[in-house]
Amino acid sequence: MWKWLHPYAKTENAYQLCVTLQPWLWLGALLCLAVGTVWGLAFAPQDYQQGDSFRIIYIHVPSAMLSMGTYVAMAIAALVGMVWQWRTAYMSMIAMAPVGAVMTFIALFTGAAWGKPMWGAWWVWDARLTSELILLFLYIGVIALYGAFEDKQQAGKAAGVMALVGVVNIPIIHYSVEWWNTLHQGATISKFDQPSIAPEMLWPLLISLFGFAFFIGAVTTVRLRSEIVRREMHRPWVQKLAQATSENS
Amino acid sequence: MNPRRKQRLAVVGIVGLLIVSAIGLMLYALNDSIDLFYTPSEIIEGKQGQMPHVGQRLRIGGMVVPGSVSRDSKSLAVSFDLIDTGPIVTVTYTGILPDLFREGQGIVATGVLTSATEITAQEVLAKHDEEYMPPELAEKMKGIKHEKPANMPVTDASSSYQYEASPELESETVSELGSKSKPGGQ
Repeated sequence: MWKWLHPYAKTENAYQLCVTLQPWLWLGALLCLAVGTVWGLAFAPQDYQQGDSFRIIYIHVPSAMLSMGTYVAMAIAALVGMVWQWRTAYMSMIAMAPVGAVMTFIALFTGAAWGKPMWGAWWVWDARLTSELILLFLYIGVIALYGAFEDKQQAGKAAGVMALVGVVNIPIIHYSVEWWNTLHQGATISKFDQPSIAPEMLWPLLISLFGFAFFIGAVTTVRLRSEIVRREMHRPWVQKLAQATSENS
Repeated sequence: MNPRRKQRLAVVGIVGLLIVSAIGLMLYALNDSIDLFYTPSEIIEGKQGQMPHVGQRLRIGGMVVPGSVSRDSKSLAVSFDLIDTGPIVTVTYTGILPDLFREGQGIVATGVLTSATEITAQEVLAKHDEEYMPPELAEKMKGIKHEKPANMPVTDASSSYQYEASPELESETVSELGSKSKPGGQ
């Protein structure tokens, strides 16, 4: 079943996959982000309670959901690296880490900017906000740990352990608003129930969610390509590639 | 899968399971400390058999009882009642209330317990629910009309927000607030 994945354990194949995927991911990101944000920020109706302030949802919710999604993807990559010992797995893990960290930061920042006018506070130490902050620290920890080792193979293993351990935080973030009483409201769309948002507000939200996902994918492929090239500099295929590029320019 | 991979997967799995259960137990033990606020019934009936004592600094979260808001005409002082499933706690506060504050709204207030059922708050935060809808739909479904505070005539009587909640809505919100305070049914 997973046989089709096996070639991508080789860095050259993984690099080629990134090259193929990249334009499509950028195209998807550009289209969805343009449609989603313009629709959401300019054309979706106002909220009955929060007026125009609610529009920050079109940035806050996608970035928050994908900060968690990217972390799970990173942890899966770490698991693959650990069990199957794929070098490309650790490389893609570290390619995703800063992207996820930025998403987490955007989620926290837009949340604070939303909290001030609506709740009356930039920050409250409730379970949801605190666990999302811990997620940011986990990302930073993974990046720092990876950077601390000279030997990048060792670095990948160490950072991978940290990424895997930190994955317990993901269900905590998601269920924090149900397990404890918090200032943050419950889930609007990520639940096994009808979304509690009017359809004309939901559509742009879903589109910008896809836009963010494509964007993360696109940035990750760029980072993975450069990571592979940096680590495989001595390989003949990379040298051939470098030669071809310099001849073209 | 070859035996070495199987072994590595098992090790990762077991270590992962141990970490998950350790953190799960920790959070379970800390359950009450993680809650952001006391509900009015927890203040009056106690939480886990422990009554909050007078003079304690705490947070309370509940729904503003419709018709209970009274403002002082000369200052920013305001007092209102909070309710969740039955017991009522009175909050007094001096300062500017958040825009979303109105009767029937969920509120979180930080302050000092001055008597068994009274709190003097230093900070009042508004909680909003996870529902988003256009104003016309809200009016149709919930009978809520939220006017911007800027358009409000200044009166010293109760709040000037129009709030005509249907009885079902009130009980719905109250039960939602009440059910949230007890995670894991303990």
